[in-house]
This record gives sequence, structure tokens and C-alpha cells, in this order.
Amino acid sequence: MDIFDFSDGREGYYGEYGGVFLPEILHATIEELLVCFRECKSDPKFWQDYVALMQSYSGRPTPVTHLENLSRKLGGAQIYVKREDLNHTGSHKVNNVMGQGLLCQRLGKSKVIAETGAGQHGFATATMAARFGFDCKIYMGAVDVARQRPNVFWMENLGAEVIAVQDGQKTLKDAINEAMRDWVTNMADTHYILGTACGPHPFPEMVSWFQSIIGFEAREQMLAQTGRLPDRVYACVGGGSNAMGIFQGFFDDDNVELIGSEAGGEGVGTYMHAARLAYDDATVGVAQGFKTYFLQNDEGNMNETHSVAAGLDYIGVNPIFSHLHDKGKVRFEAATDIEVKEALRLTMRTEGLIPALESTHAFVTAIKEAPTMGKDEIILINQSGRGDKDIFTIADALDDAKWKTFIEGKADQYRGEKN
Amino acid sequence: MGLQSFLAERKKDKDLLVMAHVVCGYPSFEANMQELEIMAEAGVDLVELQFPFSEPSADGPLFVNANEQSLKAGTTVEDCFEFMKQASERFPFQLLMMGYYNTVFKMGEETFVKRLKAAGGVGYILPDLPVEESANLHRLSEEAGIEPIILMTPTSSDKRLAQLGAVSRGLVYVVARKGVTGSKTNMGDDVLALIERCRQHTDAQIGVGFGISGKEDMDFLRGSADMAIVGTAALKTWEQSGADGLRKFFAELMA
Repeated sequence: MDIFDFSDGREGYYGEYGGVFLPEILHATIEELLVCFRECKSDPKFWQDYVALMQSYSGRPTPVTHLENLSRKLGGAQIYVKREDLNHTGSHKVNNVMGQGLLCQRLGKSKVIAETGAGQHGFATATMAARFGFDCKIYMGAVDVARQRPNVFWMENLGAEVIAVQDGQKTLKDAINEAMRDWVTNMADTHYILGTACGPHPFPEMVSWFQSIIGFEAREQMLAQTGRLPDRVYACVGGGSNAMGIFQGFFDDDNVELIGSEAGGEGVGTYMHAARLAYDDATVGVAQGFKTYFLQNDEGNMNETHSVAAGLDYIGVNPIFSHLHDKGKVRFEAATDIEVKEALRLTMRTEGLIPALESTHAFVTAIKEAPTMGKDEIILINQSGRGDKDIFTIADALDDAKWKTFIEGKADQYRGEKN
Repeated sequence: MGLQSFLAERKKDKDLLVMAHVVCGYPSFEANMQELEIMAEAGVDLVELQFPFSEPSADGPLFVNANEQSLKAGTTVEDCFEFMKQASERFPFQLLMMGYYNTVFKMGEETFVKRLKAAGGVGYILPDLPVEESANLHRLSEEAGIEPIILMTPTSSDKRLAQLGAVSRGLVYVVARKGVTGSKTNMGDDVLALIERCRQHTDAQIGVGFGISGKEDMDFLRGSADMAIVGTAALKTWEQSGADGLRKFFAELMA
């Protein structure tokens, strides 16, 4: 299955989803990007350079770990985890960012901009910009800046300028709008490093391509370690880049079921979630440069979304998944905030792994389903990021009293130093 | 009267037409009506009524805030069409819908064209709908006698301008510079050269917008463009000095 073969359909469309819906002023820029991307994709040397860079700079290939304790405890399928959390900067985001960095060099542009929600993508972009010598500006909703100070701290110390966006809900979607506004002004010397497989063509394809390194590695590793392919593969879905990454390794394997786990937030019927495909609340629309399922009202204005995991808290989903959902190729489930906290505790205690809150959504669905499967069956979870660097968010989510006391003490100390 | 013949008629007595802009429901529909009265008194030829959208990514800060406040106040698409209907019956200028494509997509293109026509609108500007995606909407519009306003920009190649020109009718919106709405444009030879380039690819009237803020811009465009498009500067004036300020602004602009 090659979903990126557009010879029979419209370029940049996956079924009825995708496309390019941008202001005319960006037409030439998007064309230039598309041409450059096509050159890179058809040049084997580009991919080799990319893989070499990811090996030397980010520790790839990331391992696959067998969770024997958790598998035994649940009493069903054998659980394996692809360890994207072990990447440099702590998540799969760096795969896309380093790839687009190489592409930006080919484009001959000296500045990069990016949006970020939780800060993982901003952090990865700031890291890449420091390494490649690009000027770097990160747009981040003011609400996210306030709740993700550690990532902002690192971005700034890596030399990026972090701009707190004050419009709208002051979160990820507003950061994307503001990055777009920068791009329509400064496109001559600026490349927009979109962080997920959303937005106008060729971003969904390009981001998926760089992330496909996850799935290709994972498929080989599973064959080497277990002698066969997994029965099910689980990944969390915000925009959908880590899920696209791992799923692509198994697109041609019809016996491997692919399951995306979205942010169920406070649950079905609450409208406080970001489950575009697992719940029935989203409808097809056009925003932020592309056509897909959005959480929006009848008039096409976007609804508020909610998730304990900022990285999944987004109105839309990548257009490829909207298509694969229609076709029944990928099954979508949702994990609620409460389930995520429970699964995180369980994973930490039984395996010593600390998945990011985002990644924990994939664990929730896998943990629910593993006991219903046979002991000889195998499941693979993509641990897209690590949670320990988000200690503030996770301590909040787990409502940890000792952590709060520590922070109060720190605050007193800083106040004392001021006076 | 269709847009094309209306503009031709207005051009008989004037060397430079003016298009103005209001964001529906911001600060309120009452205020919008007052703004339109002032625009009509000043002799404005065309007004774009912006239907507010939650993700106005082609707009600058002033309009972004206006979109947000209007939606917060509960403005609906129905409100905007109703307002357009009242305005089209009352004023001598003609009206365009300006907004983002999702507003059109959600109600359906056919419904949109029907409702726009019923409200007395003569055309629309959808900055995030490229011509590649417009074929069906353009066909429906042509059947209804409604004009799609095509945008031409400083980054458009000649090849692209030819493509855009081929589907343009009535009026072309020439974007004077890169960026979003609301910052100053230094009107210079590059703007004149762009207008000339655009003319080679369309027979439609040429309106120039983005950064038009005063009489000197009007003087600059006179003899080159057919129409000056004023957006942010008028809203800024309204926010700073209300009806009296806006009256003075248009009087000076169109003196």
C-alpha cells in the first residue's frame, strides 16, 4: 500500500482529505518546498545522510523492550515497546525536526520557525537549530508557556526566541496560526518546521516520511526478537506523527492490526476531549491549511479541546488517518485523563518506564486489550516520548503532595534571594 | 447590477474607487451599521463584510481580535447574512462577503451562493481558498451572477498570474506586500510594477490592499490602480476615536 502515490488521484489528497488551503501569497513557497521535498525523497543519499545523522546524534536505532512484568501481570498478550523516548530531546519529534533541518539546508534558508504545544517539538526544533546554525523562533500559546516552563527554559537556553501567543485559546492551534502569519511575511529566508503530520501538503507526507524510520526499525526488530510480526500495534494520536511513523512499518502486513489512541479527556459526551475519530463529535472541515476531521461547531468554528496531555490537545487530525479511518485500516480508541494517570502509575511500578502523558494514551488502550488476547499473541506499543522531563505536568496530574511542598520551598527560597 | 458593471458605472465619475471593510458583529452590529453609514456618506464604493472565523490565520492582530470578540459575543452566520441584507437594501455601495473557506464549506457551496445572493451580496473573498480548489464554487457563482474575488500577490510568478487571471472576473485584489493585514506598506515602484504585471493577466478592475492607511496612499495609487482597499486603518480609527474619528478619516482619505 503506497498512500503517497498520487498518480491515480489528486496530489496531496488521501481520499477526500488533505489538500492545500493557504493564502495565495504562500503558493510559490509551498511549490518550492514540494519540489525540494520530492528531490530529497527520490535521492537515496538524502535518506542515508538522515539515518547517519539520527544514529550519531539521537542514538538511533531506538531499542524495542519486552515488558515481561506487565505482560505477566495482565495475563494476556506479550507486550513490547518501541523506545522513542530514548531519542535525544526525549521524544520522536526529533526525527521530523532533524529531517526538516537537512531539507532546510537544501532550501538554502537561514531561519526556522515552529509551533509547539507541550513544548517537545519546540525543544527539538531549538536543538536542531542550534546544531545547524539556524535562527530559530518558536510560537507557543501563552497558556502553554505558563504551564510548560521547563521546555521554554531549554528552548531559550538553546538560543531560540519563544513567543507567547495571546490569541484565541492561547494553545497549540493558536500557535500554528501565528507561525503561519510569520511565514506569510518572512517566507523568503524562513522555513516553517511543522511539528506533526497535519497542515497543507506536503507536510503530512513529509513528516510521515521522516517518522517512518520508527516503523521500519520496529518491524525488523520485532522479527529479530520474536521471530514474527506483532498482532497489534498501538500508538497515541494527537496530530498523528508518531503513529504514522510506527504504522508505516506495517501497512503492507494485513494481519497486523493498527490502533490509534486519542485523548478522551473527561470522556464521551463531555465535549472536553480531543478525540476526533474515536468519538462522534468531529466533522469534516477546512482549517489551518488542510481538510480533515475537526472538533468544530455547525458553522465551522473550532470548539475548545481538552486533554491532560498537551501534545494531544488539538482540534484536527492528520488527513491520512481520516482516510484510513474511513477505510477501516486503522482502529481508533480514546483514553481518558483518569485512565492515563492509572496506566502511568502501573507502567512505572511494574516496568520502571516513565512514558510521556501523550504516549501513556497508547498504553491505556493496550493494557485494556492485552488481557483479552492469548499469551502467544504479541502487541507493540510506541512509547513516543519520555515523561520524566515533564515532571511538573506529571506531578500535577498525579497530584503529588511531596512535590508541591518541594515547589513551595523552592518558591520561598527564590523570594528570599530577591529580598 | 453585477459587480463588473457596477464598478464600471462608478468609475465614470471617479479615478479611484474605494473598498472598505467591517468585521461583522465587532464591536457590535449597531456599530457596524454606524460605520457603514459613514462609509456611504463618504462615497465608498464597495464594502467587504467579514464573517468571523475562529482561526483567521491570514489576518493581523487587530482583525484577529475582532474575529475573536465577535464570536465570543455569539455572532452567527445567519446574523451576518441578515446584516448584509439590511445593508444591501439601505446603502448605495455594493457588498462582498469576506471570510475563511470553512464557513462556506460547512454550509455547502451551493447554499452559500444562494444565501449570499439572497442577502444582496455580489461577490466574496476567501483568502484561504486557492484556485485549485475553487472550480465548483466558481461555476456555481457564475451561474448565480456572483463574483469570486481573486487575489494576486508579489510572490506570484507570471505563470501563476496567468492562471489566476484566467479565472478572475469583476475585481482582482492585488496584495501590495507580503504578510498579514494591518501593517504599513511602503508604496513604491515595486507596487506599481506589480499592478502592471497583474494587468497583463486580467481585464478585471484592480483593487490594491494591505497597508493602505491615508490620502498619500490614495494619491500614489491614482492613475495606476482602479480601487484602493482600506481595512485595518479604518478599524483602528474606529477603536481609537469612534464615529467622529471615522468620519474624519474617510473625509480625508477621499478628499
